[in-house]
Amino acid sequence: MTSILNRRQALAIGAGVLSTAVLGMSEALAKNNAEEVIKKFTGGKAPAQGRVKLDLPEIAENGNTVPMTISVESPMTAQSHVTEVMVVADENPRPGVVTFHFSPASGKAEANTRIRLAKTQNIIAVAKMNDGSFFTARKLVKVTIGGCGG
Amino acid sequence: MAVKPRIKLSTKQAKKGDVVEVKALVQHAMESGQRKDSSGKPIPRKILNKFTCTVNGKQVFAADFEPAISANPYIQFHFRAEESGPVVLTWTDDDGSKIVGQDTIKVN
Repeated sequence: MTSILNRRQALAIGAGVLSTAVLGMSEALAKNNAEEVIKKFTGGKAPAQGRVKLDLPEIAENGNTVPMTISVESPMTAQSHVTEVMVVADENPRPGVVTFHFSPASGKAEANTRIRLAKTQNIIAVAKMNDGSFFTARKLVKVTIGGCGG
Repeated sequence: MAVKPRIKLSTKQAKKGDVVEVKALVQHAMESGQRKDSSGKPIPRKILNKFTCTVNGKQVFAADFEPAISANPYIQFHFRAEESGPVVLTWTDDDGSKIVGQDTIKVN
């Protein structure tokens, strides 16, 4: 009797361990807190699609240095301009990539830099306008060799 | 070691109101803080976390860098030529040190 109980217990424990392992794995596979970071940036507002253009390669052979150009349609005048553009990557160890700060003195709401991508994932850009509205764009980049070391 | 950034303006002489493109490259490892050394110890983060550009003392562009910016960060942006003066690019390191590069723009 006791031996059966023990076996059941052992099985139960085994199942428990297995499920936590699976849970742990799914957590590791789950996306980072990119959505949260965007919410914080927009103050809870849902950004509208459009106006933002994200220029990234479809396939990045080397995730260590992926060229990225962000441009936002805006006249960049004192009345109407882009103030900030935040870029996040939803499956990097940390979501933040870069935040660009623009002003009418920037002349053009466009910037280019090179970023690291750990694996295939979405890049999301959120632009903040001087009138408090938000626009967004996203693009999936397939990464062959991940960046970020490891 | 003093790092000398490479800076290129699309033009040195601009008409008032023209949009000038700036390209800049600086040498820096941008250690992400995610990597481990051969003994398995994490290598502490050390990146350039802030970039600013001023023209004649007025800020025209800035960026906050995260560890997801590649080593030897490259940045390309624009500014509207309003007045002649120095174009100063400043990168701020996690340790507080600064890398400064400079060029000049002449506005007719």
